[in-house]
Amino acid sequence: MSSDTRPGRVQRIAQLAALIGVAALLALLIWKVAFGRTTGAADELAEGKLVHAPAFTLDRLDRNGQLAVADLRGKAVVVNFWASWCIPCRDEAPVLQKTYERYRDQGLVVLGVDVNDFRQDARRFMKRYGLSYPVVYDGKGSTVGKWGVRGFPETFFVDRTGKLVGERIEGAVDIERNRDAFQRGVALALGNTS
Amino acid sequence: MRAYALVAFVVALLVAAAPAAATPSPSDLEAEFVCPTCKTTLDQSDSPIARRMKQMIRSSLAEGKTEKQIRDELVAQFGPAVVAEPPKKGFDLLAWLVPLGILAAGAVGVGAIAWGWRRRRADEPPPAPLDPALERRVDAELERFDP
Repeated sequence: MSSDTRPGRVQRIAQLAALIGVAALLALLIWKVAFGRTTGAADELAEGKLVHAPAFTLDRLDRNGQLAVADLRGKAVVVNFWASWCIPCRDEAPVLQKTYERYRDQGLVVLGVDVNDFRQDARRFMKRYGLSYPVVYDGKGSTVGKWGVRGFPETFFVDRTGKLVGERIEGAVDIERNRDAFQRGVALALGNTS
Repeated sequence: MRAYALVAFVVALLVAAAPAAATPSPSDLEAEFVCPTCKTTLDQSDSPIARRMKQMIRSSLAEGKTEKQIRDELVAQFGPAVVAEPPKKGFDLLAWLVPLGILAAGAVGVGAIAWGWRRRRADEPPPAPLDPALERRVDAELERFDP
């Protein structure tokens, strides 16, 4: 009888509300752990899955206008994520430029994606290293999650149908530890698999 | 005359202090922006891009740019997430309102529980009067301790 008094009811309602709040927070945590993890394209590629190059449309730094990954369909593409403040990016810039010049006639494009950087610093870098391949600007880093980029520089290879091929290269390309992977990636992107 | 001098002195002090208050220091601004690679505020980060952003802030202040101009420039380069404080509009407004809402709900909850306790205590019957014989005995026992 006394348990049905109004103060008792208020207390029970407050306890129920607190329980519901705790349960909701717990459910959110479980949902985040179970489903909230977004795997980037690089992780799927490493698992051997067939992965299409994640789409993006970004402002160009090498000229006016924008460039979308889809615009390069039919071309072999070496996608290089870099920033002007990144030291290894300086080492690989001449290698990427040379690769572009060597394979451009076969339909290969090196696409630089400048991430988390100042536009003017990136342009200065491009001028200093004589980069003539297209470079897009991603100051916010919106491509990082979708591609699964973990650091800078990082390089991916996209074949003419828009699929990722070869393996993702972390760190500067064409140094001792990844020369073979870089050359294989370029060959796979071009379709020279013989 | 002395009063006029005092007013003039206070006005001069305020005028001298006004520009100092309007122009933030580099360290003030470094605490307001986030390093895009490490996601901590610039004053807590020593990453290459954080160092570059600090340099940009210092040179912008030296050029006489306002806090708003610096903020606009950083947002144009790195997006709105570069500002440590969430914006007070749109969906981000929730970041400000939800903690206040939780605080208010907590206060209401505590108030309701306290009110319930008070009501319950008011509804309780008053304690029965003490038995006169027992009261006399308690008084006698207490007298033994009187000096």
